[in-house]
Amino acid sequence: MPVVLETIGLEVRFGGIVATNDVSLRVEKGARHALIGPNGAGKTTLINLLTGMLRPSSGSILLDGENITDLSPHKRVRLGISRTFQINQLFGDLTPLETIGLAISERRGSGGDWWRVVGSRPDVIAEIVEILEQFRLADVMGERTVTLPYGKQRLLEIALAIACRPRVLLLDEPAAGVPEDERHEILATIAALPADVTVLLIEHDMDIVFSFADRISVLVNGELFVEGAPEEIARDPRVKAVYLGEALDA
Amino acid sequence: MSGERSVTARSVNAVAASHLASRARWQPLEIAFWVAALATVFLLPGRHLILTEIAILALFALSLDLILGYAGILSLGHAAFFGFGAYAAGLLAKHEIVNEPVLALLLSGMAAMVLGFVTSFLVLRGSDLTRLMVTLGVSLVLREIANRYSDLTGGADGLQGVIMKPVLGQFRFDMFGHTAYYYSLAVLFVLFVLARRIVHSPFGLSLRSVKGNPSRATAIGISVDTRLVAIYTIAAGYAGVAGALLAQTTAFASLDGFSFDRSADLLLVLIIGGAGYLYGGLIGAIIFKFMQDWLSALTPQYWPFWIGLLLVIIVLVGRERITSWTDPIRRVVGRLDWRSALRRASASPAEGN
Repeated sequence: MPVVLETIGLEVRFGGIVATNDVSLRVEKGARHALIGPNGAGKTTLINLLTGMLRPSSGSILLDGENITDLSPHKRVRLGISRTFQINQLFGDLTPLETIGLAISERRGSGGDWWRVVGSRPDVIAEIVEILEQFRLADVMGERTVTLPYGKQRLLEIALAIACRPRVLLLDEPAAGVPEDERHEILATIAALPADVTVLLIEHDMDIVFSFADRISVLVNGELFVEGAPEEIARDPRVKAVYLGEALDA
Repeated sequence: MSGERSVTARSVNAVAASHLASRARWQPLEIAFWVAALATVFLLPGRHLILTEIAILALFALSLDLILGYAGILSLGHAAFFGFGAYAAGLLAKHEIVNEPVLALLLSGMAAMVLGFVTSFLVLRGSDLTRLMVTLGVSLVLREIANRYSDLTGGADGLQGVIMKPVLGQFRFDMFGHTAYYYSLAVLFVLFVLARRIVHSPFGLSLRSVKGNPSRATAIGISVDTRLVAIYTIAAGYAGVAGALLAQTTAFASLDGFSFDRSADLLLVLIIGGAGYLYGGLIGAIIFKFMQDWLSALTPQYWPFWIGLLLVIIVLVGRERITSWTDPIRRVVGRLDWRSALRRASASPAEGN
């Protein structure tokens, strides 16, 4: 499988602390790649580097072989990298309709139109409705986002990233904070993502990781510690020592 | 079965389209507002001078609302564009470069837009406080430039000898301010409708997303800086037109156009009326001007005392959100309650299958 996303010697320092240290990661097209590691291992930092919210001190990021290290965040989205956030980052005053509409209009290049009234393009509306139905948000599409239950907001968080139609989707703990009985809805949605979308998943819940991933990278202290298929990672005594043991004890 | 499905899909899409467009629909109260404004033309002929001032202040406040209410840019120097537009219109008329007021008004607005575009890059970065200081700084700099080049601007004496030609070559400005009021009200209405169009467009929606959560807006591909530059430039044009209107209707432009007081009063007007629903600046301008008029007749020296007291009361009533007293008005204008009701009524059958 061709590599779609690659980092070469990625490094970022905050003052004296090295948050990401010489990370060279390769994510294959269509992969379900999980990024695990103890708290503070630098997983979210890595996502921030990939999306351009942080600039690396050194190293580079390639998307389909093209160097995107110096590209601004919104341009990376247009090239097909989108993400969800560990803590919901939504537009509280807007409705799910408006929220999803923003991403779709932007992708279609009509997000800056000022002479048209919102909702006047049937193609955009059809696509919004399709996504909202897919994420079971159609029944609340006209409600203000802040008034939605947490599980619905979490679905909207993921739906919004999908609305950007990414080639590479970065999921930062998608099930975080979702009550046990609502989790299956989130997980089913993630499992149903199109096969050609490459997914990089950050997750603490090992059940989710092992049921979802076909490749796992372990990050420890900002460094790529080990990488392999789920069975190899599960067997690896070093991983157990630094991570799984700690997680299983907890 | 599939036919039934597509009918349902179409109706869901129709409901979705109707939701999305609902904010843009004209509400009865809005129409009433503009009918009342038109009625003042005939019913209050003796008050046209102050009504002209109100219309100009309302347009100026509308301009601030576009950046503060819709993009979250706090400015304490919005008079920079007002003063710039006023001098532009004054100079165009004085030197008989453009004799027709409407065309001169457009050109003055465009000149202010250029200034807005250039200075917009200063407000892209930083917090509210940085923006306050930067915008204040720009207005002070412009004022002193105008002061320095007194050969052109008339310096502290203001721009003398401006003679205005008839509007559209037909309507002469008269000493009772009738033409001035028709003209100002017409300009306000046209620019209001345009602003309304802008804020209800996909561009306007993206501004609200930028205001609400800039990092997420970026994460869905919106270029936050481009949007902020665009709205700041548009708002500068609006402020420039307001300044130009003042210069044209008074046949005078002065350094006062750039003054800090003007910027500060403007913020007050928008706080009185409430930001982010377009009518705030208009309602604020009406309240502010009539209070000023009434109180200064009552206590000529001390009227700012009462304005100050009102401000304190508004803040105390509103607590965290200082303009929360305007919420009932917003609800009616924004039709928030209606929308939810409409949704429940229309979404339930679609959900049933």
